[in-house]
Amino acid sequence: MTEPLKSIPLESLHRELGARFSPFAGYQMPVQYPLGLKGEHLHTRSAAGLFDVSHMGQVLVTGPNLEEALEQALPIDFSGWRQGEQRYTVLLNDEGGIIDDLMVARTFGDELRLVVNAGNREADLARLRELCPTLSFEWIPAALIALQGPLAESILSQFDSQAASLRFMHGQELVLDGATCWTTRSGYTGEDGYEISIPIDAADRVTRLLLKGGDVVPVGLGARDTLRLEAGLPLHGNDIGPDVTPVEAGLVFAIAKSRRPQGSKAGGFPGNKVITDQLVAGPAKRLVGFTSDSAVPIRHGASIVTTDDQPAGVVTSGTVSPSLGYPVLMALIESPLIGQPLIAQVRQHRLPINQVPLPFVPKRFKR
Amino acid sequence: MTVPSELKYAKSHEWAKVNGNVVTVGITEYAQTKLGDLVFAELPVLGEVVQAGDSCTTLESTKAASDVYSPVAGKVIAVNDNLVGSPELVNQAPYTDGWLFQVELSGELPEALLSAEAYQKLIDSEG
Repeated sequence: MTEPLKSIPLESLHRELGARFSPFAGYQMPVQYPLGLKGEHLHTRSAAGLFDVSHMGQVLVTGPNLEEALEQALPIDFSGWRQGEQRYTVLLNDEGGIIDDLMVARTFGDELRLVVNAGNREADLARLRELCPTLSFEWIPAALIALQGPLAESILSQFDSQAASLRFMHGQELVLDGATCWTTRSGYTGEDGYEISIPIDAADRVTRLLLKGGDVVPVGLGARDTLRLEAGLPLHGNDIGPDVTPVEAGLVFAIAKSRRPQGSKAGGFPGNKVITDQLVAGPAKRLVGFTSDSAVPIRHGASIVTTDDQPAGVVTSGTVSPSLGYPVLMALIESPLIGQPLIAQVRQHRLPINQVPLPFVPKRFKR
Repeated sequence: MTVPSELKYAKSHEWAKVNGNVVTVGITEYAQTKLGDLVFAELPVLGEVVQAGDSCTTLESTKAASDVYSPVAGKVIAVNDNLVGSPELVNQAPYTDGWLFQVELSGELPEALLSAEAYQKLIDSEG
């Protein structure tokens, strides 16, 4: 990394809160606060956590025939997509691999909003501009704060009562302490909650207000990772990436039904051929969830073998679940070996693992 | 950040409590803060012979695995079995209940071990 680390708008607030920082995707990001990863994690599940995810890219998309043009780039279908509705989708390369996973929201004006991963910001924009030369893609200069957990609704509703009626995967503008903030009911923890886009000049003030709004603690990237893993949500760069397709990753839902084989708008997006073949014949590998009865954590990069030492796959994310108290992991496994007894190799240990359906911890979205 | 004056310290953030030829080893409060919440401790095997500087324990936090090095040479004569079920003892009481293992010294204490005062200076300089 030759470029200096970029700082986020709320860095001084994080310093006051006692955050420990670490470089992440070119940004100096809060990894944990004095409460510690486990405490932050459990507090988000039982009450509420506040996450600064301002490093993520917020993009405003405008232009002629906006929706038709964007359907050339993404496997989505805007017919029946209501104003205010947000959906999850994937930006694919020509081999069907996932360049990035992203949120697309239809606003109440003639524009769309995207939220993309920090590490892929520039690559995404270059790819989207190449695929949609008639559209304009511009960064939205705003902080992005996630408020997550069972108390998120009651906390945010104190500042704008409309927060309570916002539905899961829908967005609208809320007015928080005088600042107009595009807010979606969504997140990356498996809990109910919101992602709030706050204009830079109001970000510090509004975030301080939210932190005083009830039983809420600041949460760093460390607990964000364990929360999303428990919820079975893939992390780009770990579980998914340019050499993993949405079919392999179990993300077929990110491809609109009408864009799949036999659909009314089938195909017509990058990587379509590979995706179609995999949907028909089944993928060679799949992302699968496992637990272990041993106490040894099984982490990203550990290899998975069969009982007779045949290579079966590799762990893409793994930790000891703070909520469950035992190791959980996701791994890309050769399809023919799924269902066989498998073993994770960690140092000198050979640890039997148990395949389980995802998520590890039930999601509690407000539908 | 506590640095008990009666202990010796390694630059790699282990402490050594010397009692005759038996040395109890743990990690410092500074080290446990840096590691974060521990979820697993892999301790040496009883009877294992270690050299000063050998990696002989792995401490795993929710985020990462870290090696612990023996500050002294000798034979491992005890390990803290309580850490198997409660690795968080290292976070809660790094100098007492969170000890890791005991070594029967095979020679002299290494000269490189630091006094509490020198160790305090080291962590001050590391921030």
